[in-house]
Amino acid sequence: MKFYRVIAVALAVAVLAGCAKKKEDAAGEASPSPSAAPAYGDAIVEGSIGDVSGFLTAVTGDSASHTAAGYVFNGLVRYDKNLKLEGELAESWEVSPDGRKITFHLRKGVTWHDGKPFTSEDVMFTYRKMIDPNTPTAYAEDFKQVTRASAPDSSTFIVEYEKPFAPALASWGMHVLPKHLLEGYPDISRSPANKKPVGTGPFRFVEWKTGEKTVFEANPDYFEGRPYLSRVITRVIPDLATTFLELKSGGLDMMGLTPLQYTRQTETEEFRRSFNKYRYLSFGYTYLGFRLSHPLFSDKRVRQAFAYAINKKEIIDGVLFGLGQEATGPYKPGTWAYNPDVRKYPYDPERAKALLAEAGWKDADEDGILDKGGRKFAFTVLTNAGNDSRAKTAAIIQQSLAAVGIRMEIRTLEWSAFINEFVDKRKFDAVILGWSISQDPDQYDIWSSKKTGPKEFNFIGFANDEVDRLLEEGRRTFDMEKRKKAYFRIQEILAEEQPYVFLYYPDSLPAVQKRIRGIEPAPAGISYNFIKWYVPKGERKYTSFQP
Amino acid sequence: MMAGSTSMFRDFLRRLGKNRLAVAGGIVVSFLFLVAAVPSAFAPHDPSRIDVLKILEPPSADHPLGTDELGRDVLSRMVHGARISMEVGFVAMGIATVIGLVIGLIAGFYGRWVDAALMRFVDIMLCFPSFFLILAVIAFLGPSIVNIMAIIGLTSWMGAARLVRAEMLSLKERDFVAAARAQGAGDLRIIFRHILPNAIAPILVWATLGVAGAILVESSLSFLGIGVQPPTPSWGNMLTAGKDNIEFAWWLSVYPGMAILVTVLGYYLLGEGIQDAADPRLTGR
Amino acid sequence: MLRYIVRRLLHTIPLLIGISLISFLVIHAAPGGPVEMATDLNPRATAEYRQRLVEYYGLDKPLHVQYVQWLGRMATLDFGQSFSRDGRQVSEKITERIPVTLGINVLSLGLIILVAVPVGIYSAVRKDSWFDRVSTVTVFTGYAVPAFWLALLLMILFGVRLGWLPISGLVSLEHESLPFAGKVWDRARHLVLPVFVSAFTGLAGFSRYMRSNMLEVIRQDYIASAKAKGLPERKVVFRHALRNALLPLITILGLSVPGLLGGSVIFESIFAIPGLGQLFYQGVMARDYPLVMGSLVIGAFLTLLGNLLADVGYALADPRIKTE
Repeated sequence: MKFYRVIAVALAVAVLAGCAKKKEDAAGEASPSPSAAPAYGDAIVEGSIGDVSGFLTAVTGDSASHTAAGYVFNGLVRYDKNLKLEGELAESWEVSPDGRKITFHLRKGVTWHDGKPFTSEDVMFTYRKMIDPNTPTAYAEDFKQVTRASAPDSSTFIVEYEKPFAPALASWGMHVLPKHLLEGYPDISRSPANKKPVGTGPFRFVEWKTGEKTVFEANPDYFEGRPYLSRVITRVIPDLATTFLELKSGGLDMMGLTPLQYTRQTETEEFRRSFNKYRYLSFGYTYLGFRLSHPLFSDKRVRQAFAYAINKKEIIDGVLFGLGQEATGPYKPGTWAYNPDVRKYPYDPERAKALLAEAGWKDADEDGILDKGGRKFAFTVLTNAGNDSRAKTAAIIQQSLAAVGIRMEIRTLEWSAFINEFVDKRKFDAVILGWSISQDPDQYDIWSSKKTGPKEFNFIGFANDEVDRLLEEGRRTFDMEKRKKAYFRIQEILAEEQPYVFLYYPDSLPAVQKRIRGIEPAPAGISYNFIKWYVPKGERKYTSFQP
Repeated sequence: MMAGSTSMFRDFLRRLGKNRLAVAGGIVVSFLFLVAAVPSAFAPHDPSRIDVLKILEPPSADHPLGTDELGRDVLSRMVHGARISMEVGFVAMGIATVIGLVIGLIAGFYGRWVDAALMRFVDIMLCFPSFFLILAVIAFLGPSIVNIMAIIGLTSWMGAARLVRAEMLSLKERDFVAAARAQGAGDLRIIFRHILPNAIAPILVWATLGVAGAILVESSLSFLGIGVQPPTPSWGNMLTAGKDNIEFAWWLSVYPGMAILVTVLGYYLLGEGIQDAADPRLTGR
Repeated sequence: MLRYIVRRLLHTIPLLIGISLISFLVIHAAPGGPVEMATDLNPRATAEYRQRLVEYYGLDKPLHVQYVQWLGRMATLDFGQSFSRDGRQVSEKITERIPVTLGINVLSLGLIILVAVPVGIYSAVRKDSWFDRVSTVTVFTGYAVPAFWLALLLMILFGVRLGWLPISGLVSLEHESLPFAGKVWDRARHLVLPVFVSAFTGLAGFSRYMRSNMLEVIRQDYIASAKAKGLPERKVVFRHALRNALLPLITILGLSVPGLLGGSVIFESIFAIPGLGQLFYQGVMARDYPLVMGSLVIGAFLTLLGNLLADVGYALADPRIKTE
């Protein structure tokens, strides 16, 4: 959970993590009868494990804050329900033929929640803040690639790059900030707007009771039309068991279920009467990563042997109750960058043993553990405390590896110690972690040999000249076919090299109260059309919030 | 002297035996010792044996307490968890007792400014919400069993220190100590031969209750995700893992929960019983 | 009396210094140090940003200088700025959470005393009776049950199955629109489970203390002589014994503050109550050092305050103290 958060900082610009294909039902969602016509009013209540830390996405790093900010702010662009970029505050845009210049044509007539008009000045201001060293942001990198930005008129914004930079377009999904409210603040994270945001988005900020809840109300002047739901309330509930009980007792309208809740605890008549369940692949994967400079793991055959020795299906059955897919690489199945034809490693302990033997690992002293030159094949895998599925994954892998003669100890560490003391200092043998997958396939930060420094994300020390070249190629062109070719090849190399054993892509499993209608699962998940969600007049629950 | 202390001990046992609650507590605690000493005699399966085909099976003949989310045998994990939980309790209290003894002895024996300074230190430590301190240190240093035992020990010795000091103060001026001193006995000899044996009973009671407290603290830490880390089973982390499925797979949380409850209760009843039996004044009404 | 209070206040000064020193050392014992964490969530933090943090917290200076600086700021209740992304003042974050935590703890203390005093007295007077045994086991059960587990079981029973009580939070979502009486009722309903769990798990200390105090008092000579004079037992218990047995309870009240604060971490997490315990836990997990230091000091300070109040209360109730 937490790792995804940090990674979101690195990779994802779009706020709502979505999904590829709807695999199962919307549990017999009734087609709207006349009495169930869309109507304004009512509220949706969600739960969140953590509190918001602020509303300016540029300076917050956690998912709770990003979700909340998504109600209030807009970017120039966003991903649509089919994960294609579309305009949000920008009506349209053009990329110059040489790929170095992007011209955004902004929507006209959009106003901030306080009534001031939105103009290209605001976009310019946002850009300046993003590259301002006083702004404690993690997203500056993409904006620093800009060599020139200009706003020739109030509805045009132009940026130029030294070289074509494909991830640039998606980076303009960054929320646009109101210049008139933030101008006087050198550090925007200290501004009142970080606590009481004013945006252009579908919902207006009402209140933030720290540690308790955040409340938003529908913005009647929203440029895409007024949202049906009058209020969005997010309650902070730190404990997941409590969250589930709140859902069942009617205190919450929506939560992401655990695989166990999805398969075993919500299959009751009672639950089905009140909730719709959804299921789709999430934007993330879990992996076993090796420190490649470690003498045990520098041999490719050993890593491949791991891939054969680990029973991914068993992990998916045991940890996810079957609600996920075997991972083959760092992209999500069904997205354009995903290469389905890479080398696969079906569960085959015999083959694993053979590969290990080829690499010189044999059980010479017959104690059940492989050895080579007097050294036993034993190592420690690290994972972060508080992540149940990773702990279980580790336990299953431990058992599978024991079967081929490898002894793996499991050590669980509290998050910040894990990152600071072990990952950053490269004091680990192997790790079990997860990455979230950004919509743009540029994964330069994770695989480039130039990103192996401290606090950088290629902490396993992967270095492959061809991958370096392909990563550069992929981000330097807007030509989809060329990009696709580069990323397909990268996936082939990764599958062959196995710097990670890619384990699984888990499913997202939201449950939503039945009175809330208008939900249409798509590759992007369910949240993309949030403003179209509604409660029919006769089924309203919260009546004191006037529509 | 020898005969006198034996008969005192016999009296003590007789009084303890009459206290039915204390006897019940004693039985629970002894049983746990047995389980922790020879877990293999009680565990029908390997506690870390995963079987994804047997996930979350309710109690049956093969798995008397059911199986957990990875198909592991709950009874076997409980048995091994007993060992871990007892270890945490005993080592933590061992550490606390040693620190408390040393500080209490020094303070009580030397008196004056040494005593004043040490007792201020005790006061300061007592002012901290110790769970806050434990949480902070575990989170900063990482949740390993060793860290957990050490920090619980380091934050809970104050009671022992006070007890020992009080005992010292009251015994120091007594005749037999003065007599020993007159015969030229050194400080250490007086402490170990004459004073310490008298302080044993209250310390024992205190430590018994402390073991129970440490088991509870571990379960609280587990609830917050920084207790003994899975896959190593402790009652605390088993209960925590079970809580999310509390309605569906009741056996995952009910057994560890009951185990903690009964154990802590057992220690308490036993501890109180020892206290009452050691201090007959309170029994005769 | 005034002189006693002043003397008592002076007595707390070395304690305060000790408390601050230990809090300070705990934080600085942490590997990595504060800056590591502040920049952790910000992988691309620049060197300058790090440097600014180091300067801001004086981390480049020797430890004792840092400590004195921090002590100076603490004296004005300035605990610095939280490391969390909201960047708010630690003192502000703590003060907004304290009323909730204190409120619930005061309620639960009240409930504890209401139950513990009569139970303790009765078990002492009827020592080894059936009542004594049952109450002993009951209060120890409260102590022995893991609080979060009990909380969940009660939530399932009263929140989900019976639907009588809300499961978590402090008020319902439409609280604002309720009339005054409705608001009070709404709040009360939300408090039932947390206060009960907190009180039940904290009952043992008080009721056992009451019981042994009472036993102690009962066997005092003057009680025996009162009895010998033929006074009815009821009268002896209430007139003579109770007062003397109650007095030490005041001290225990003061001493119970740290335990209650520690316990609040658990029940505030499970009941989703935005109090100090939850704040502290989140601060610890995020390595928000200023917040952790501030909470430790404030927590210890509250304990000191509790002890002080208890001592003063004791002195007021027992005139003998003054002459001492």
